[in-house]
Amino acid sequence: MSPSPKTASKPELDFGNAWEYAAAPEGTKVAIDAKYGLFIDGEFQKPRSKRYMDTVNPATEEVLAKVAIANQADVDQAIAAAKAAFPKWRRLKPSERAKYLFRIARRIQERARELAVLETLDGGKPIKESRDVDIPEAAKHFFYHAGWADKLDYVFPGRKGAPLGVCAQIIPWNFPLLMAAWKIAPALACGNTVVLKPAETTSLTALRLAEIFQEVGLPPGVVNIVTGAGITGAALAAHKDVKKLAFTGSTDVGKELARNLAGSGKRLTLELGGKSPNIIFDDASIDQAVDGVVQGIYFNQGHVCCAGSRLFVQEGIMEEVLTRLQVRIESLRVGDPLDKNTDLGAINSIGQLATIKRYIEAGNSEGARMFQSKAKLPKQGYWCRPTWFTDVQPSHTIAREEIFGPVLSVMSFRTPEEALTRANNTPYGLAAGVWTDKGSKIFEIASRLKAGVVWCNSYNRFDAASPFGGYKQSGFGREGGRQGLLPYLELNS
Amino acid sequence: MPNRTVDKVAVEARAASFKTRSIKKESKRQGLLMVASMIDLTTLEGKDSAAKVRALCQKAIQPDASLPHVPPVAAVCVYPRWVSLARELVGDHGVMVASVATAFPSGQVDLPTKLADVREAVEAGADEIDMVIHRGAFLAGQLQVVADEIRAVKDACGTAHLKVILETGELETYDNVVRASELSIAAGADFIKTSTGKVSPAATMSVTLVMLETIRSHFLATGQMIGMKPAGGISTAKDALHYLAMLKETLGDAWLTPQWFRFGASSLLNDVLLQLHRLESGQYTAHYDVTES
Repeated sequence: MSPSPKTASKPELDFGNAWEYAAAPEGTKVAIDAKYGLFIDGEFQKPRSKRYMDTVNPATEEVLAKVAIANQADVDQAIAAAKAAFPKWRRLKPSERAKYLFRIARRIQERARELAVLETLDGGKPIKESRDVDIPEAAKHFFYHAGWADKLDYVFPGRKGAPLGVCAQIIPWNFPLLMAAWKIAPALACGNTVVLKPAETTSLTALRLAEIFQEVGLPPGVVNIVTGAGITGAALAAHKDVKKLAFTGSTDVGKELARNLAGSGKRLTLELGGKSPNIIFDDASIDQAVDGVVQGIYFNQGHVCCAGSRLFVQEGIMEEVLTRLQVRIESLRVGDPLDKNTDLGAINSIGQLATIKRYIEAGNSEGARMFQSKAKLPKQGYWCRPTWFTDVQPSHTIAREEIFGPVLSVMSFRTPEEALTRANNTPYGLAAGVWTDKGSKIFEIASRLKAGVVWCNSYNRFDAASPFGGYKQSGFGREGGRQGLLPYLELNS
Repeated sequence: MPNRTVDKVAVEARAASFKTRSIKKESKRQGLLMVASMIDLTTLEGKDSAAKVRALCQKAIQPDASLPHVPPVAAVCVYPRWVSLARELVGDHGVMVASVATAFPSGQVDLPTKLADVREAVEAGADEIDMVIHRGAFLAGQLQVVADEIRAVKDACGTAHLKVILETGELETYDNVVRASELSIAAGADFIKTSTGKVSPAATMSVTLVMLETIRSHFLATGQMIGMKPAGGISTAKDALHYLAMLKETLGDAWLTPQWFRFGASSLLNDVLLQLHRLESGQYTAHYDVTES
């Protein structure tokens, strides 16, 4: 029983199955209808388009349900309902508006398990995340904004705010219910009415949210939900009665929307892509920094606009960090998203999987060095192993473009100035992470990073009270906090 | 290179994440048996007597006569004066005899007295020595004094295994825990151990994680394995399984054995037995259905 002798070859840890967790699938059964209509004027309606699309479980490739595709006539109807509901909703006593928001928040909490399972089925994310992050955070956003509804006079001292009217909101597939909450809660708190379009691959939880609106007796037309793909979104954005468009999604679509809206007088906020840097200095708490980096890039399979996809490591600790990174990544559990012990679930769609693979190929062909975890992948479904590249040059495609998948690009720096220059050398500016045990360095670096959110010794922390949004091609406008109310209010002068 | 530091918020969040691992059915059964086999069944009371040591040793050899597949625990842990009795009682049943020495738990005597304490235990047949570090010297910045003491104790141990107790509750900060762990390993510790059980807080998941990560750093740098023993405060099977999950995901398969991981505990074993009874019978068992030791 003496310590093992020192070995010459590089020591390796073995994350095998000496003791394995039994499968721990979330057992809650969730009823899913065969077909879903559009939620307009407080009712589920058959689409005038008569057209439907399949929504698929990306972990099994099973079709879960058919979801309506809204056409121009459907969008017109939804906007008309929102427009008709607006006068009464805006004049409702603010404390009454708050009550609806509180009820929605509580109902989300009460139905949390069901919503979490549905989110995981429809989107592929681990149940651990939908249970512990998506659904509780969605409830928090309604709670938070419920608090503002009757205090709007105090948001911007000396100025009063009025609602705008009908707000069109288009949300992405990475945090379906949470993004719906981010969009709907502030709009309603400020007295606006809403037409929301969920992403085409993940409509189901937004439609469940519509059921919750019915349950709490939200007046018809205050929120309408139209499902569909890009054409539906374009029709929504272009509609003359829309006063404000809020979009979260890809930079390309965001730019197109901005071009189309130019001169229309409509307000616009965009929350777009990112290529966020995570910077580890040699005085950082390295084990925790590595945990944070792993969390930063592999959370939700990397389908996170603020994912820390560029890792900058100070040269002197590069080897140490890479060794730990590998160890940590090998311990990640990839597979059945419904299993409570799964860390990485399925890639959201076959299309996104193809995009990720294309970037991995680009990384390899341009000369970066690829590593992947040895995780076993299920046979059915869309999967990608946690992947990281070393020897990445700032000019490589995988260092420039958003991949939106579990792929990390590792680069080095020598001095704080170099770290800043490299970190800011990107068309994006959504988020950044700084890892150092030295407080003065945190303030220096954080104040000079051009990013909407800078996390220090942490990553991917969210709070309804904290504004979120980007610089440069990551968009404009903020969501959450006081700042997040501004896009939904017309302030008097 | 700066000293290795620990971010408190992040390490506590990471440690808590292991509590969300779902350990059920066969995995739970295997885990519980593994936990039982890793226990240093301990009695360290002023009121310890020969009768108490007899009961402890019998329980260690055969934790539960109605659950014959439960293995013996890893070791019994007693004061030096009870080592020879324990040695005699555990015989060749595969249970080690561990003894706290070096003026446990405070360590507030001079080095020759500590070494005498260690020699007494070793000569009486202890397989393992659990020493306490000189926390006074450590907190006064006299790291060399601490290291020299550990080296001297290691020498006095001869072939007996050395577990070095940091008493993390007195070191207070994680940065101190890292420094004390590194220092102990460098000075010859075979195991590092959180606590005496006499100071609160004793073992926590986060302080154990900090020590496991220090062991991991040492292993990745040198290839040398060091054992880990959280002690004090782990009284439920559920807690122990969370520690096991943390061990599995931090150091991997090689450490999932009593050779490299121990629980210092007195009441944990009975909760493990209750859980095993429940898995066997599908029913909860009353606490009086398992024996006191």
